[in-house]
Amino acid sequence: MYSEKLFEHFRNPRNVGEIENPDGVGTVGNPVCGDLMTFMIKVKDDVIEDIKFKTFGCGAAIATSSIATEMAKGKKIEEALKISKKVVADALGGLPPQKMHCSNLASDALRMAITDYLRKTNQIERIKELGLEKELKILEGEETEEHEETSEVEEFLND
Amino acid sequence: MKGYFDYASGCPVDERVLEAMLPYFKIPGNPSSVHSQGYQAREAIEKARESVAELIEAEPNEIIFTSGATESNNLALIGFALRNKDKGRHIITSKIEHMSILNPCKFLQKNGFEISYVPVDKDGIVDLSFIENSIREDTILISIQHANNEIGTIQPIEEIKEISGNIPLHVDATASLGKIEVDIQTLKADLVTLSSNDIYGPRGVGALFVRKGVKLHPLILGGGQERGLRSGTENVAGIVGFGVAAEITKKEYKEESERLKRFRDRIIENVLKIENSYLNGHRERRLPNNVNVRFSYIEGESLVLSLDMEGIQASTGSACSSKTLQPSHVLTAIGLKHEEAHGSLLITLGRYNTEDDVNKLIEVLPSAVERLRMMSPLYRRR
Repeated sequence: MYSEKLFEHFRNPRNVGEIENPDGVGTVGNPVCGDLMTFMIKVKDDVIEDIKFKTFGCGAAIATSSIATEMAKGKKIEEALKISKKVVADALGGLPPQKMHCSNLASDALRMAITDYLRKTNQIERIKELGLEKELKILEGEETEEHEETSEVEEFLND
Repeated sequence: MKGYFDYASGCPVDERVLEAMLPYFKIPGNPSSVHSQGYQAREAIEKARESVAELIEAEPNEIIFTSGATESNNLALIGFALRNKDKGRHIITSKIEHMSILNPCKFLQKNGFEISYVPVDKDGIVDLSFIENSIREDTILISIQHANNEIGTIQPIEEIKEISGNIPLHVDATASLGKIEVDIQTLKADLVTLSSNDIYGPRGVGALFVRKGVKLHPLILGGGQERGLRSGTENVAGIVGFGVAAEITKKEYKEESERLKRFRDRIIENVLKIENSYLNGHRERRLPNNVNVRFSYIEGESLVLSLDMEGIQASTGSACSSKTLQPSHVLTAIGLKHEEAHGSLLITLGRYNTEDDVNKLIEVLPSAVERLRMMSPLYRRR
């Protein structure tokens, strides 16, 4: 059900890990649903100089994280934001339909990390220009992701 | 089949079974025909019926051949309910039955029956007092599995029979047949589901034991084969294969189960050495071929894929591997949270597993778990 390309990324995931003192961090998903991703970025001159991920989830979740970080690395912020769910899925030679929704969260994690960076560098105007208001609200805790089990997640993480 | 640890999902057909089946693909005779070719097919079916009956200490005329355990379970539930609805419309079953029990129950609920679902404890044992308290005047059937196909827990069927007295009892023995003793005389069940593939027979064949005097309404109507309970020209080669598989099982299962039990215990002992790993299901009252464990911080599908890269095939109860994107109902029924069920790994042993397979599994599993944990943001938080 998975493509050869996807397996290749699952076997040898790129950019796994964490960045010390990251410029932006984005976490999406939750362990109740079975997928949770954290992306960290280092930005210099508006270019994503370094990017790392950590993912809890199925094969598709890990492979989409891997390829999304690979595509985003070295790109200007505006270019990196063009990495959509569809772009990620296409780059892997497609995803099984039931995996499109639940495991293809890598582009969301990337958007979140970028928004976090822009927020921390006081580029609020740009957040608006780039259409990242929703991500900003989530980061500021004004809005939650489309999951209701947030408290359970916290419980699990703090267990 | 090296490294195959997914026998609960599917078994290979035993070579001896296949050999015995082959000639019957070529016999043209319909078992219902009176001529010699028909007679030959009929004789083969009746011989197989005797072998299957003998395996569970039943009479041959109490065995109805079906297309598999799913059909047998449907016939046992829906067939029984339709025929006996004048006596009552209440049925008791457990929360951890196979979907081929739970979905027929759902169907019956929509059609005027009431179902009580018995909860299980953290090891997967049914709550006997719940059963006792659920029994009503209009309870017509109790259906409880002999052993669970996912967590391997063996149910106290004899105690259930003591509690339920004369209420007819259906036992789904799909997972237990050929692993532990399935004896109609001790189980005292009235209906028992049997599967061919689970004892190394072909797929597409199963049987329902129907105790003399128990009345069912057929679900498949037609020419009246199988005493009118299951119409359709018989799957001769398949039934022959099931018969031979039953004969082999009768002779070999005790020794085989002892061997697999040693493998099972070695695997459990070694797997639980991995940090934050837990056994699902009862430690002792457990099928000899079943290991179900869970690992914190990782997800089961990615673990199954990781093991497959190393030449080990296993299974998981994680939502991410299911069609419905829901975690295993069995794991949630034993009280696991969704995030705990996601990290489950199901290892089921069988006839062709060797010491080498077990060594390989024990060697490969810790590093596969470690690799995924290093990628997991949950592990980082520790």
